[in-house]
Amino acid sequence: MTQTEGRLAAANLVVALVALFGGVATGLFQALEYAGVDIYPSLAPLIRSHYHSLSIHGVLNALVFTTFFICGFLPFIFSRSLGAPLASGRLGWVTFWIMAAGLVVASIPLVGNAATVMFTFYPPLKAHWAFYVGLTLVVAGTWLVTLNLFLTWRGWRARHPGDRTPLAAFMSLVTFAMWTIASLGLAAEMLFLVIPWSVGLMAGTDALLARTLFWFTGHPIVYFWLLPAYISWYTLVPRQAGGKLFSDPMARTSFILFLVLSTPIGIHHQYTDPGIHQGWKLLHGLLTFAVFFPSLLTFFNVVASLETGGRARGGTGWIGWFARLPWADPSLAAQVLAMVLFAFGGIGGLINASFNVNMVVHNTAYIVGHLHLTVGSAVTLTFMGITYWLVPHLAGRALWSGRLAQVQVWLWFLGVLIFSPTLHELGLRGMPRRTMIGHASYLQAEWKTLLPLVGIGGALMFVSAMVYFLNMALTASVSRRAPQPAPGFAEALSGPDHVPAFMDRWRPWLTLAAILIVIAYGPMLVRLVATTPLTTPGFRVW
Amino acid sequence: MATRPPSTVHLWELAWILPSIAIPVGMLAALAVTAFGAGINLAGDQGRVDPAKVAEHALFKEPGVVQTAPGQYEVRLTAQIWAFAPNEIRVPAGSTVHFWATSKDVIHGLLVPRHNINVMLLPGQIAHAQARFDTPGEYPIICHEYCGIAHHTMAGTIVVEAKP
Repeated sequence: MTQTEGRLAAANLVVALVALFGGVATGLFQALEYAGVDIYPSLAPLIRSHYHSLSIHGVLNALVFTTFFICGFLPFIFSRSLGAPLASGRLGWVTFWIMAAGLVVASIPLVGNAATVMFTFYPPLKAHWAFYVGLTLVVAGTWLVTLNLFLTWRGWRARHPGDRTPLAAFMSLVTFAMWTIASLGLAAEMLFLVIPWSVGLMAGTDALLARTLFWFTGHPIVYFWLLPAYISWYTLVPRQAGGKLFSDPMARTSFILFLVLSTPIGIHHQYTDPGIHQGWKLLHGLLTFAVFFPSLLTFFNVVASLETGGRARGGTGWIGWFARLPWADPSLAAQVLAMVLFAFGGIGGLINASFNVNMVVHNTAYIVGHLHLTVGSAVTLTFMGITYWLVPHLAGRALWSGRLAQVQVWLWFLGVLIFSPTLHELGLRGMPRRTMIGHASYLQAEWKTLLPLVGIGGALMFVSAMVYFLNMALTASVSRRAPQPAPGFAEALSGPDHVPAFMDRWRPWLTLAAILIVIAYGPMLVRLVATTPLTTPGFRVW
Repeated sequence: MATRPPSTVHLWELAWILPSIAIPVGMLAALAVTAFGAGINLAGDQGRVDPAKVAEHALFKEPGVVQTAPGQYEVRLTAQIWAFAPNEIRVPAGSTVHFWATSKDVIHGLLVPRHNINVMLLPGQIAHAQARFDTPGEYPIICHEYCGIAHHTMAGTIVVEAKP
């Protein structure tokens, strides 16, 4: 472990938190618009429309904040877990600057209202080419992170031929391996369809082909966001809770299943798309339910680990141990509350994945409610919790205010508890997502009664985030200087010595992942590519 | 109680794994019943239509409502920024309505809340959805995919008329 990993993590964190700031601010505008408070006129010319705001919100939160946080946090704990520096610090910095350059290139059209196409950028909506090129550079940067982690692991393996890879390192590698495979769909969409079309080399594109390639990556990207949170829950939180990880082999099993099953399920986002035979939808639906299994394993293992902590601290009874967790630690409180919210997010996700039941919720506000429980809470609140130890550790300064941090965490929890269930209900009442609903010509009376709650929940999340940024900024700049140790990795009740050797090999699992992808996507993609004329012209209609 | 000895860890693991397999399998079985038993289906592959030549396609030459049999109606619908054609559909209560639809420009959506009509309208693809309308009243037809600056104004109406 050298200084480089810390500096790299800090650089990535700065970008991530600046992005989150922009993402949260724009989120407030939309929540207020839903509640009937239209502040866009006063935001011109910075924010030109609801949809401009919404595109910035999605790109900054879902793509930029998550990716930069993960590319900072995972290599950092990966290196700590192996007890070895990254194979190449220089490669680490080149990676960071490629991603940062990509972000700048993509941000110019995004901020300038030339990429108001949402973070899903479905053609034939046509953004400025710089938006696509910039995002592609960011993705290419993540591949270099994979390379650096792999080279580091290979060096470690050569020095420790018989050992099991330490859990946090194993999980970090799985996360980046999974992401690298999954991102091939997005890369293909960008390189072969969208970029040539946006610069004028190709006259047209195709909506269905582009969507199919996008969702090849678009579902596993949620695991790319989620698995780093799981890594914290599995390897750090049990110790922060005063306990031990329940089962190391079970934790590895779930990650291997995520590696194998995350990608061949993307069509469950396209259940309502014409042009895809129901058989493919059913197959992807089956595999989506299969990936529910490692999520259930995670739920059990993580809660059982928390229980060892609560009981070690004197908690008794079926749920009495839960109250005995060290709630005063904002890092722990944030992550346990994130888990609570995620339990509901996971159940809602199953409804989304449920084939024909999806027709009740697809593209409605229900999905927005779901996303704010998952990426907006399970991921974001966990990442906030991580920064409550990581930022003081990297800055060498005490957290500016632990009390403020506690307030912040509960405020976010409360805000989401108002925001998300309301949006779920609005979706069930047929309210579409991604719509300037306060101005909709068809605004229904049964929606109007609930919309103020969206504004209140969103405003609470906004206030929570501002408290968070204040605490982070003061921690990094003026707080008392004192070395802040990072939490150690949790020991396990059933440890790595119970892990069979085949689980620590890569080739079988990568092969299995590839086979499933070929089965689930191969025939339909080959047919789609062979029969689709790329003739649909682009539109800039915002 | 401190921490459990490792020997019981495996028992607890097993006690969790078995229901964790049973729950998704049970849910899939329930889905299979609704899909294949009750016939609640998703959009499938209905073929392509050139988005530049939608008006020349037999289905979309004259957007509108056609009665195909007693109690059976076909709606031939095109979407473009920011309107549906037709934007008002009248059918008698108790009708089964088949929507055949496509987009002439960007991606749109077709949502009739509470009626299992939820399908994407992609340029280049023919979409199909069907539902029964039993209760007289006015129901919105909503474009539920972001399609540009006036997306929130893109909607139509289904008027289900009481039988005379």
